[in-house]
Amino acid sequence: MTAKKEKDGKPVQPEQRTTSPKPAEMPGWAAGLRRLYDSVVDEEIPDNFRDLISKLDKDD
Amino acid sequence: MSAQTRTASEKADFKRELTEVVPHLRAFARGLCGRADMADDLVQEALLKAWAAQERFEPGTSMRAWTFVILRNAYLTDMRRNRFRGEYDENVAERILTAPASQEEPIHLSDLHRALLTLPPERREALLLVGAGGFSYEEAANICGCAVGTIKSRVGRARAALNSMLADGAIPQRSLEDDGAHRAILEELEDVAAGNGSSARP
Repeated sequence: MTAKKEKDGKPVQPEQRTTSPKPAEMPGWAAGLRRLYDSVVDEEIPDNFRDLISKLDKDD
Repeated sequence: MSAQTRTASEKADFKRELTEVVPHLRAFARGLCGRADMADDLVQEALLKAWAAQERFEPGTSMRAWTFVILRNAYLTDMRRNRFRGEYDENVAERILTAPASQEEPIHLSDLHRALLTLPPERREALLLVGAGGFSYEEAANICGCAVGTIKSRVGRARAALNSMLADGAIPQRSLEDDGAHRAILEELEDVAAGNGSSARP
């Protein structure tokens, strides 16, 4: 188990000031990279994940 | 580990949020380790660890960022045990390539995917978080437990490497199966793992 204790710093806060690469800085393959990622996000979640999550409470 | 101090309603909320981030965990894991089956094993491992550690999750904060830390740590542990060789998944690339393209894509995604998997793991994860996952540099730094400047540098190096590989068409075919390359990656992993958790323990 890698998570051993409360983190001392603040977790990622949505309201904190953030920076991201400007779209103009990103090369031509950047859209492809996003599509690789999004293609997996858009996949149907396999049944074994649903099974696993539905069983979580029962192990307590 | 039990989660007995959480109320039933809090546990239900946690479970719902955990379910919602599964597609993102799968996408991040696929990018990290390349193989779909191994990536899904990794996500299942991360889900179980997240559930066991749910008392450490602060409601209202980003479940995606929190679980990515757990997934990443599980990946690094497994990498050190030599489970993943960052193998290129021909099936995924093939399917993506034949999927209807929303716009003209100047780069073959299979080349991009293969090039991505040749990057050192800490640069690959930085690029995945910022360039694919849409995290800010600050959020990515929190997830990786390193300084914002380090993330910017890793993303910059990853982009430079991909620019060069994709421009030259010189993508190593199977560099990660080469023992020398794999050793080098494991050495880099030691550095990544050493910087673990300074600011982003789940």
